[in-house]
Amino acid sequence: MNTNLFGIHGAALELRSQRMGMLTSNIANAATPGYKSRDIDFAAALNDRLAGKSGTEAIGEHTRYRVPTMSSMDGNTVELANEQIAFAENAVAYSATLSFVQSKVQTATRALKGE
Amino acid sequence: MPDNQAGPMNLFRLAERGMSAQMVRMNAAASNLANAGSVSATKEGAYRAVRPVFNAELDKASGLTSVRVSHITTSQAEPTRRQDPNHPLADANGDVWDATVDESGEMIEIMESARQYQNLVEALQTAKQLMLDTLRSK
Repeated sequence: MNTNLFGIHGAALELRSQRMGMLTSNIANAATPGYKSRDIDFAAALNDRLAGKSGTEAIGEHTRYRVPTMSSMDGNTVELANEQIAFAENAVAYSATLSFVQSKVQTATRALKGE
Repeated sequence: MPDNQAGPMNLFRLAERGMSAQMVRMNAAASNLANAGSVSATKEGAYRAVRPVFNAELDKASGLTSVRVSHITTSQAEPTRRQDPNHPLADANGDVWDATVDESGEMIEIMESARQYQNLVEALQTAKQLMLDTLRSK
């Protein structure tokens, strides 16, 4: 991918996609005893990504365990309401980033066609 | 649980596994409810409530954590003895043994499981829509 064309948005879209997977993992493990809910510190991971680190590295270094509002008896820290909110926020941000990427492509296409 | 699909882990397989696990949980609760009123001639023969235990499974390649049913536990509660000499299953003392099922507990289990199942479906739909949007972009 040409990072100069997409700028920050290419890396952001990739990270949003990874975060969506992580949040879905949390939702899938809502009933697993002892499962600890995880999330990505998005801003920090994106900064690392832009500083030249690989996606895996950036995510690995900025994955955090979520602090539960109330701990449960089986040690599971997934709180469905919080996960839903995080998921919704991430989905909206993904959409926004995607439209930025799309508009970049459109601009380039128009420039190439010379319309 | 048998895994009939080999291949890399993705969001769809993750949701599928989560939904399968919740289905096992709902089926177990339904079995418990169905056997709630059953009686037995012996203490050992009495029905004991079953409950699946989930286990998280990290897929290192994709970073996704799926879920599977690791084992099924049987309730440790003692079956209750009830004096009922007229019951056809009653033993020499005229006693029968009742199944150890907490009906309200099972109902709550089903409700919670249904909520988590719904949540997964919702998440999968959103994820699928975003993937389609990304694919269709030109």
